[in-house]
Amino acid sequence: MSGGDLALDVLEIRNAIRSRKVRASEAVDAALAQIRKVDLVLHAATEVFQEEASARAAEIDRVLDRGEDPGPLAGVPFTVKDNICTRWGRTSAASRILETYVAPYDATVVERLEKAGAVCVAKTNMDEFGMGSSTENSGLLGPTRNPWKVTHVPGGSSGGAAALASATRGMFHLGSDTGGSIRQPASYCGVTGLKPSYGRVSRYGLLAFASSLDQIGVLEATARGCAMALEVMAGWDRRDSTSVQAPVPAYLESIEKVVRGLRVGVPREYFPEGIDPEVKGLVQAGIDVFRKLHVSVEEVSLPHTPYANPTYVLISAAEASSNLARYDGVHYGYRAADPSDILDLYSRSRVEGFGPEVKRRIMVGTFVLSTGYYDAFYNKACKVRKLIRQDFERAFQDVDAIVCPTSPVAAFPVGEKIDDPLKLYAVDVLTVPANLASVPGISFPCGLSGEGLPVGLQIYGRPMEDEVVLRLAHAFQQETDYHLRAPPVRAWGEE
Amino acid sequence: MASQKAKADPTAGTPFESVIGLEVHVQLKTRTKMFCACENRFGAEPNSLTCPVCLGQPGSLPVVNRTAIEYAVRVGLACGCEIALSTKFDRKNYYYPDLPKNYQISQYDLPIAKKGRVEIQVGETKRSVGLTRIHLEEDAGKNIHVEGRPESWVDLNRAGVPLLEIVSEPDLRTPEEAGAYLRMLRLTLLYLGVSDCNMEEGSLRCDSNVSIRPRGSTQLETRTEIKNLNSFTNVENALSHEIRRQVKLREKGGQVAQETLLYDPDQGETRVMRGKEEAHDYRYFPEPDLAPLRFDAAWIERMRASLPELPMARLARFQEILGLTRYQADVLARDVELSRFFEECVEMHRKPQDLANWMLNLVQEEMNSRGIGVRELGIGPERLVSLVKAVEEGKVSRQNARDVFKAMVGKEETVEEILRSLGLGQISDDSALRQTVLDVIEAHPSAVEDVIRGKKNTVNFLMGQVMRRTRGQANPSVISKLIEEVVADLRSS
Repeated sequence: MSGGDLALDVLEIRNAIRSRKVRASEAVDAALAQIRKVDLVLHAATEVFQEEASARAAEIDRVLDRGEDPGPLAGVPFTVKDNICTRWGRTSAASRILETYVAPYDATVVERLEKAGAVCVAKTNMDEFGMGSSTENSGLLGPTRNPWKVTHVPGGSSGGAAALASATRGMFHLGSDTGGSIRQPASYCGVTGLKPSYGRVSRYGLLAFASSLDQIGVLEATARGCAMALEVMAGWDRRDSTSVQAPVPAYLESIEKVVRGLRVGVPREYFPEGIDPEVKGLVQAGIDVFRKLHVSVEEVSLPHTPYANPTYVLISAAEASSNLARYDGVHYGYRAADPSDILDLYSRSRVEGFGPEVKRRIMVGTFVLSTGYYDAFYNKACKVRKLIRQDFERAFQDVDAIVCPTSPVAAFPVGEKIDDPLKLYAVDVLTVPANLASVPGISFPCGLSGEGLPVGLQIYGRPMEDEVVLRLAHAFQQETDYHLRAPPVRAWGEE
Repeated sequence: MASQKAKADPTAGTPFESVIGLEVHVQLKTRTKMFCACENRFGAEPNSLTCPVCLGQPGSLPVVNRTAIEYAVRVGLACGCEIALSTKFDRKNYYYPDLPKNYQISQYDLPIAKKGRVEIQVGETKRSVGLTRIHLEEDAGKNIHVEGRPESWVDLNRAGVPLLEIVSEPDLRTPEEAGAYLRMLRLTLLYLGVSDCNMEEGSLRCDSNVSIRPRGSTQLETRTEIKNLNSFTNVENALSHEIRRQVKLREKGGQVAQETLLYDPDQGETRVMRGKEEAHDYRYFPEPDLAPLRFDAAWIERMRASLPELPMARLARFQEILGLTRYQADVLARDVELSRFFEECVEMHRKPQDLANWMLNLVQEEMNSRGIGVRELGIGPERLVSLVKAVEEGKVSRQNARDVFKAMVGKEETVEEILRSLGLGQISDDSALRQTVLDVIEAHPSAVEDVIRGKKNTVNFLMGQVMRRTRGQANPSVISKLIEEVVADLRSS
């Protein structure tokens, strides 16, 4: 493949393989080469499956050569966030406590994608157990860098996936989103990131951070690339009781439907005081694109928005404190040396294995579930969560989707917020409501700041209407070219 | 329901009465575990019945076993509980190596069933014991400590086995009542077929809560909890011991401390496992990996309609309809297999009282002496009935029936075949016995003299001689008739 071909988006690659213009091996080798090249600067991959992926691609080529169909994603390369189980390589959630852990099974999404012919080429860096918004909290690798400005963070926690989605082409990237961990890094790296509706994609094989909020999603340059992957990933899984038994639409087809006549709401609470004026301007310009597409735009109110972040912090920490209890050095993962007794084994394994942010959240979560504090914190947070859900239900009676900024700011320099958790938590303020309300959310680029950093526009839809948010994002991308702009660090073209 | 030897009430002669509540854990006999598809079986190679879910591997998720839910609802219905129309699972958080997730999926504030009763009888007194709640949870694995080794091992075959926790009200007043409650509860579960209730294998386990209070008081006072009780006798003994300890303490003016105790059956003593200050804060919260459960009222009614006959009903039917004595009914009804065997016999031969006698005298005795269940005897109801019929038809004596029965155990021959091979067939034929009777009379002239002179007892002697010569096969009524005929002849001659 020539350097120009590397700029193909993942759907084009998929079609090129299916029409035998490109061999699966070429696509996979190109993906591996791109990752190796940019990763020297970005530190986005925790592991690259050079041999395994090449072998798999060769196998798919043999199937294609026999004239058989290896599946709708035959030979399409993809990466997997390090908190999603793969039999290949390690699954560590970027934590020292799982540094050597090899999962005995594939996550349902990985299984489905591989069955469709897709080829896993790498695992990507993240904030430890998904806890962070900058990928500075990786316990295995240094911080991942933003391809638009390497002194800056890529966002997080799916920072590795977002950085690769931005700096490479021709593959898609699995992420997970508990409070914005797909959308916010997508916004910071200028790519499209979809957090599906809660229950749309099976969580089986996703290392749980906060079970009632976690959702696996996808990042790629384009909305249609996300649609292509979602079509295969989505659907009920008997191994995940929270997955929804609803038919999976043909997303790739339905996103081509016109958006004219759709109604979108702009929540007045989503332009808070601390919002960067440049972000605000670009988002408003982005909203104008929809007007041009004859989408009606009106103001809506989501009055409980100011409570979303504290609610999220409490619920996610509470669930995390229980979900992460299994990492104790007894059954798998890191074990402290020479424990004096079982309590010493537990506490030192956890003290030595977990990073500071993970410990902070476990302690908060343990506290808010304790007798005497449960009602004041956890229980109250659950009640507020209900109010936030109701905000959305009411708004969605009037509009088909909600359009807003993804983050109040663009990417910030590495080290700027890492020592101030409250400052860092504040960048999640516009993304956490989607997780609390179980609605789908997508972020895609709507321009560059003066500093040359991408800004993301976010769309929320009704629960299980992932198709609507994808359709709006796709229509936007038919009208604009922000998603095609290349960052300075990239694996193709001039540098 | 067993009429046991009365045990001394440990509060007798003191101003106190005891207040006992029991927490019973029962493993459900489902094919697979509570939240995964692993086989639910005792005694397999350690850690061979495991998967990512019950091993608590990262990323794995639980899926509810519907059969376990059904079993729990059946138990709730059988105990007259209210069944929750909507319920949920919660996480109980604590660290222990046999609990791979370090939380147990259990039920906290919405148990699957609540407010039930278990009817018990101690001596002539019938009592109704309240059930507070019944909830479903997953069992933990087993820690294995090898003597003299520094490390411990964990077997997770048991991890994730469905477990029913049945909590009684503090309605029990004596260790004996506690024992009766446990036996009745166990029997109910066996009748429902939802558990093996095998205490040795740990499929039924019991923790006891006990306190004492001045007789007449209605207050609940500080209690202790006794764990590790692995037989009903241990429960009764541990409670007696603990009640006596509390009485002594109170009589000396001391206070009972809220503690968890471990019972040592060898020493007959309890020791403190942990005090109140070490009590866990389990930080229960709703299990986010499982959706709440909702039951259809019609489904619950269908479950209710499909319940089998329960022990108390069977006991009453055996006495009132089949005419058994309370003792007979009790022995038969307390063994599910035995009562099923008995009913199959009655089905073939409508003589329940006679059959009950045979069941208790032959079958039960043989089971007890061999220490096995009725099915393991290898004698089907058909063969028992044919033996009983053989006795009724005079083909074998009651006396010899026992030997025939023993000979049938573990073999497949028919009653006739065994009679033939043992030569135990009863001789009721006049002509066959007449010569033997004549021989005996000829051999014992003085005894015959006595009989002629009216010494009735001597007839028995002559009969015994005939029996000896026929190796017990002679039909006694036939011999006695023949002797009388011969003697009458002699008298008149």
